[in-house]
Amino acid sequence: MTEGSPSSPALQLHVSAVDGVPIYLQIVNGIKHLIASGRLERGDELPAIRVLADRLVVNPNTIARAYRELEIAGIVEKRRTAGTYVTDGTPTLIQAERIRILAERVDTLLVEARQLDVDTDTVVALLHERDALLREQPRRLEELPARPQIEDIRTNEVRS
Amino acid sequence: MNTIEIQDVSRRFGPKQALKNVNLELPKGTVLGLIGENGAGKTTLIKHILGLLKPDQGTVRVFGLDPIQSPEKVLSRIGYLAEEDALPGWMRIDELQRYSAGFYPTWNQEYADQLCRNFNLDRKAKLKSLSKGQRARAGLMAALAIKPEFLLLDEPSSGLDPIVRRDILGAVIGSVADEGGTVLFSSHLLTEIERVADRVAMIRDGELVFCEDLDALKHAHLKVTLRFDNYKSSSPVLAGASHWEGEGTEWTALYTGDGGNLEAASALAKATVVDRRWLSLEEIFVAHSATRSAI
Repeated sequence: MTEGSPSSPALQLHVSAVDGVPIYLQIVNGIKHLIASGRLERGDELPAIRVLADRLVVNPNTIARAYRELEIAGIVEKRRTAGTYVTDGTPTLIQAERIRILAERVDTLLVEARQLDVDTDTVVALLHERDALLREQPRRLEELPARPQIEDIRTNEVRS
Repeated sequence: MNTIEIQDVSRRFGPKQALKNVNLELPKGTVLGLIGENGAGKTTLIKHILGLLKPDQGTVRVFGLDPIQSPEKVLSRIGYLAEEDALPGWMRIDELQRYSAGFYPTWNQEYADQLCRNFNLDRKAKLKSLSKGQRARAGLMAALAIKPEFLLLDEPSSGLDPIVRRDILGAVIGSVADEGGTVLFSSHLLTEIERVADRVAMIRDGELVFCEDLDALKHAHLKVTLRFDNYKSSSPVLAGASHWEGEGTEWTALYTGDGGNLEAASALAKATVVDRRWLSLEEIFVAHSATRSAI
């Protein structure tokens, strides 16, 4: 396996068989996320199906399905010389994906706020307050922990 | 083309009905995960596929052949790793290779040696001197070195550490990716099945509960949370829903069937769907393992 070659960066993709979301969808969302966050750029080559299947320990047919879905959505394209590449993409699509990712976080925030009996106006005020704070101390942004990653393989024995 | 075709197979051991009217097809190039509780009939079914047991009723075809009538034609194309380590402990690994090479016309010594290197197997070591994990790797080496068209793994992961299990899953992935091979993989480790299976079959008390594409299975099972207009003092009734948990107006259930019908069914029951999510294979398994009238 050749990882880290310039045309095929080691994708930071993680799948979990615990949380219920079909694995092909986790891969589709993961790649969209990488593109939206700029870690995958247009023209970048995605790993070969076999390579990614081995790395993520999932069925190659599942990877093929994820790539197919991304291709249908116009996010990646197959080139005649084999290989799957990130397309120039429509900026709106990437923007839509960014909004989708944020919307999920906002939903979580709002649900938590509701459970804590904090109204939405207070949450909005808090957002502005935190934003101002982060602008004053831009360093703190870098210190924020990265998104927690799900362990690569987590196996639960149901019954032995 | 189907690698396996099982039609209406039944088998009885004395008073125990071990298999009952089992129908199963496995298309070439797909991975089937076989799940079920201990004693449900998984190994009995596998023994029928290998021609080690004869059905009382029904037919078994592997590569279009009857494994009982043409055992050498069928078995020579199957890479098989048994549940318990069935390898003769007195043999050395190189002896195991010679022994297997005698049985399998497609035995590839070069590949066998490469697998030994990958798995860090000492060819001069006696099998009984190896750790459980290394013995499993030796069995896997012997199963893979014939470049099988059909790889059959009967609970290969039981009691093995994650690194050996990773090798086993890698073998499954490699069989499909490189050879377009077919795989049958029985396991209790449902997260592993969920990772590598295209299709999942569940056996309970000798009967096939389902045999479906994993995606179809996932789309047919949801965990839903409903808010009812009225206070419920006991489990609500809703078509397709079971395994209720909750109290008062908010209840959570497993919903089986087309998610599109859920809203209508809820409206009829004077409830709104407030949350829905997919189930993991493990949760689907539990839903189908519980009392048989539940779903």
